Amino acid sequence: MSDSTPTTSTVDPETVIPAPRPGDPEITPEVVEAHGLSPEEYERVVGVMGRTPTFTELGVFSAMWSEHCGYKNSKRLLSLLPTEAPWVIQGPGENAGVIDVGDGMALAFKIESHNHPSAVEPYQGAATGVGGILRDIFTMGARPIAVLDSLRFGDLDSGRNRYLFAGVVKGVGDYGNCVGIPNIGGEVFFDRAYDGNPLVNAMALGLMKREELIKGEASGTGNPIMAVGARTGRDGIHGATFASEELSEDSDEASRPQVQVGDPFTEKLLLEASLELIRSGHIVGIQDMGAAGVTSSASEMAGRAGSGVELEMADVPVREEGMTPYEILLSESQERMLVAARKGREEDVRKILAKWELEAEVIGEVTDDGYFRILEDGVVVANIPALPLTDGCPTYEREGIEGDDVKEARARDLTEFLAPEGDLTDPFLRLLGSPNIASKRWIYDQFDTTVRTSTVVRPGSDAGVVRLRGSRKAIAATTDCNGRYCWLNPREGAKAAVAEAARNLVCTGALPTAVTNNLNFGNPLKPHIYFQLREAVLGMAEACSLFETPVTGGNVSLFNETDGVAIYPTPVIGMVGLLDDVDQATRAFFTHEGDAILVLGETREEIGGSEYLYREHDLVAGEAPLVDLLAERRLQHAVLGMAQKGLLRSAHDCAEGGLAAALAESAVGGEKALGVKVELTSRLAPVAVFFGESTGRVVLSCAPDDESRVLDTARHHGVPAARIGTVGNEGGAFAIRTPLGSIETSVNEVRTRYFGALPALMERTRSEEPV
Amino acid sequence: MKVAVITFPGSNCDYDCYHALKTLGGFEPEFRWHGDRELKGVDAVFLPGGFSYGDYLRSGAIARFSPIMEAVRDFARSGGPVVGICNGFQVLCEAGLLPGALLANESLLFRSYDIHIRVETLRTPFTSAYERHQVLRIPIAHGDGNYHADDEVLAELEGEDRIVFRYVSPAGDLTPEANPNGSAHHIAGIVNESRNVLGMMPHPERAVEPVLGSTDGAGLFASLRAHLEGALA
Amino acid sequence: MSRFDIEVRVKPRPGLLDPQGKAIHHALESLGYPGVGEVRVGKVIDLTLEADSEAEARERADEMCRKLLSNPVTEDYQLRVRASAGKEAEG
Repeated sequence: MSDSTPTTSTVDPETVIPAPRPGDPEITPEVVEAHGLSPEEYERVVGVMGRTPTFTELGVFSAMWSEHCGYKNSKRLLSLLPTEAPWVIQGPGENAGVIDVGDGMALAFKIESHNHPSAVEPYQGAATGVGGILRDIFTMGARPIAVLDSLRFGDLDSGRNRYLFAGVVKGVGDYGNCVGIPNIGGEVFFDRAYDGNPLVNAMALGLMKREELIKGEASGTGNPIMAVGARTGRDGIHGATFASEELSEDSDEASRPQVQVGDPFTEKLLLEASLELIRSGHIVGIQDMGAAGVTSSASEMAGRAGSGVELEMADVPVREEGMTPYEILLSESQERMLVAARKGREEDVRKILAKWELEAEVIGEVTDDGYFRILEDGVVVANIPALPLTDGCPTYEREGIEGDDVKEARARDLTEFLAPEGDLTDPFLRLLGSPNIASKRWIYDQFDTTVRTSTVVRPGSDAGVVRLRGSRKAIAATTDCNGRYCWLNPREGAKAAVAEAARNLVCTGALPTAVTNNLNFGNPLKPHIYFQLREAVLGMAEACSLFETPVTGGNVSLFNETDGVAIYPTPVIGMVGLLDDVDQATRAFFTHEGDAILVLGETREEIGGSEYLYREHDLVAGEAPLVDLLAERRLQHAVLGMAQKGLLRSAHDCAEGGLAAALAESAVGGEKALGVKVELTSRLAPVAVFFGESTGRVVLSCAPDDESRVLDTARHHGVPAARIGTVGNEGGAFAIRTPLGSIETSVNEVRTRYFGALPALMERTRSEEPV
Repeated sequence: MKVAVITFPGSNCDYDCYHALKTLGGFEPEFRWHGDRELKGVDAVFLPGGFSYGDYLRSGAIARFSPIMEAVRDFARSGGPVVGICNGFQVLCEAGLLPGALLANESLLFRSYDIHIRVETLRTPFTSAYERHQVLRIPIAHGDGNYHADDEVLAELEGEDRIVFRYVSPAGDLTPEANPNGSAHHIAGIVNESRNVLGMMPHPERAVEPVLGSTDGAGLFASLRAHLEGALA
Repeated sequence: MSRFDIEVRVKPRPGLLDPQGKAIHHALESLGYPGVGEVRVGKVIDLTLEADSEAEARERADEMCRKLLSNPVTEDYQLRVRASAGKEAEG
């Protein structure tokens, strides 16, 4: 801060009342409403302030008390989640969660949504989503080592959805590729429920030495606060409030100026500079200027440290002339950091930033009066007690009542759909062509998956694996959630998401360790949506407790609705796991002709919520597949034991498309397309045996000599297991039979369908992309 | 043997090159900063992959003006071995140390997966450890890898045995599907006239350990080591 | 010293394959615009420059184009130089 700035620190902060700035709108009920605050919330603002807020102050409150920053509709529910374990170093509340991975190393990881920005401008929305989550990781002191992406779109027969999908994939790719972080997996799901409301959740993992952990705290009275990185422009002003509102049909045009533009090159420099800065000891705290920019980063850093901050807006490096304090405070320009430096080290900080061709400017200092105070050329324009601002956001527990449409859909009798018997090859091949089942290679071929030369298992298998250089260890990660199950039964659906994530990890040979979650829901003010939110959190809490995978943080994205229609409740689970020996990493694909194929777990006559029903009968109905958490846990222990003993040639979770799809994926996903000959004895409806999505099942292959040991291990853990067939020759027959039905084709046909579907769908897009 | 790995702002494979050199042994890799003016007595230079200066304007266009590039140019002129990988190849073309240019992939999409390349010539310091027409499996990861040069230059490259690697099918054939980016003559890598400057789009440093899925890139480093040992002997 | 507005238009050289142009051509056709001929995609770079005369400004801009702003292997460029409206450069 310049010497001429009058300091207010000797004055009682409560008595500092900012005068209205010339040109600021008057605070009317309309202005309050436009800021997304209810009349009751505004009353609370006035109560906290003891007076009418200025326009600048109102902007600050509206950002901090939005759902995005304040979690006002989800906070009480989130407190139900298990967050602790001996290996958790940092739980929820920081930029990212951190766990101990041994050898003095710690892993930071988090998932975050960028749904609304991506709906408006898919490329920039997705790109800046990746940028934001990477900053969350490296502001903890960790070097990012992998990203994953969890995506949802409407069906691809719509040109708009193809445009959104292509733009998001390119945005995720271009940003991560440029920064040089490998993409190791994720998921994508298509369903008309996401028409108009695509979901873009990005997850990142980073590694650090334990002692390098740094927090987002502004402590030490008199320490300078510095703005670091890119300059501040008028990008995305009020993005945080915007991200918490429903999209209406005209939001496409009206919202355009709010879109932030990403600069991955600056991000890469910022990453290197930040890590150097953290290791230099010149700073006490650092935080990304993410949603709600300076406002949230400065007030949260003060809030965590129990201090205050005083910032001079005239000292913030800006990109455009004539920006008001309101605009500077709420700008969401990307690739910026807020740093609390040690007093007297300002020049050292600048020097490090300059090495990376970046700027660092002192814009204020840490105070001890507990106030968030903003000056413009020395004149106070905002003066707000910091704690009520960050922690005083009203939280709501709302009424939750299950929607009648869901009850009806769930009660639907599905008997008629179980009738088909005999040759089911045609529906099988159609199902393989569904973008929910077909290979996602079209997506991840656009992502750099091998940069950093540590990727052991690339996208396309059950979970991605990166080795930890210099040790035998490796880390696995996955994201999972089936929104259809969650719509039919949010509690069971959320359990299924946690169970599937854990299953994907054990199939890769990793011990499930911790969770980050992204709660994507509709408008929680509606009782049927709040019901979904509550039930999903309860299901998640139950499953995470039982699997000993605490939730270390995450993100909530509500109001995902278009014209009053909500997305499926989509509580995405990002889960990380550990491998003690990287050589235990197991892939999903058959490797040797003559190997035994086994299935673990129980197949029930369940087709509710299945991809088969959606694609073949255009129906989302029935009971979501049952989740037996205790059986799941036994299964996971069994599979992990087999992987650790080196008994498995492949292990693959059985999910969308059922057993038939899982066998197809294992057959063609590897280097060679290997035939499959499977004989099942089940007398259940063949539709359910082939395409039903019973949870808790894994398809394995092992050398013939290891079959008995695999079966013994399963028995020892109390897991139903059976040999069902044999891996065939390259290019051979693909045959699955039950006493009542059959699938008979060639593995080459399976391969063509599986890999050809998504490129064929997207080939149409290139001609339709808006220019 | 001392090997310089150049870091430009936006380089992101500099550590990968460093680790490959370290892991394979026989090299002492050292980073050189784009702002440095001297290479300080190294035996070889790597220009790593990444997005130098964000690839803004054109891939490699801004990096070529970095102070260190003067030193790299002098080193190359004096016959020192220089390897440009991916973005490094683009920088070498922009700097005029190699002919031609790398355009956007024909698909307009970033392409990242394992491809197969065929070793076309052993008469370079970078390929002597391979067998002629050996097929290597190595990752690519680029958006601008479509090699372009006019017919005269292409004829020269062909005539002078300067095409080092070509994209081929796993069986080693020049099939259209094997070309991931539309490169002229399936070109994946070339050398300059005096054969000491190599530019290639695939990433040999990502294929040097079994845990990464392929060790086919190790031969390039082995060749360079043998070359340097011969030169020093 | 006067200030000049320089517009640099960089285009792919004639005959060079331009996949972006091809994709846009295809898109325009499928949107139902008849008679669309060749589409070429280049870029426009705007900059301002202080110089003693228009000729000097042009000469320096031309050098910038040759050295950095275009790649002669693949691109051609055109220059437009105009005195900036109403703004005299300082110093």
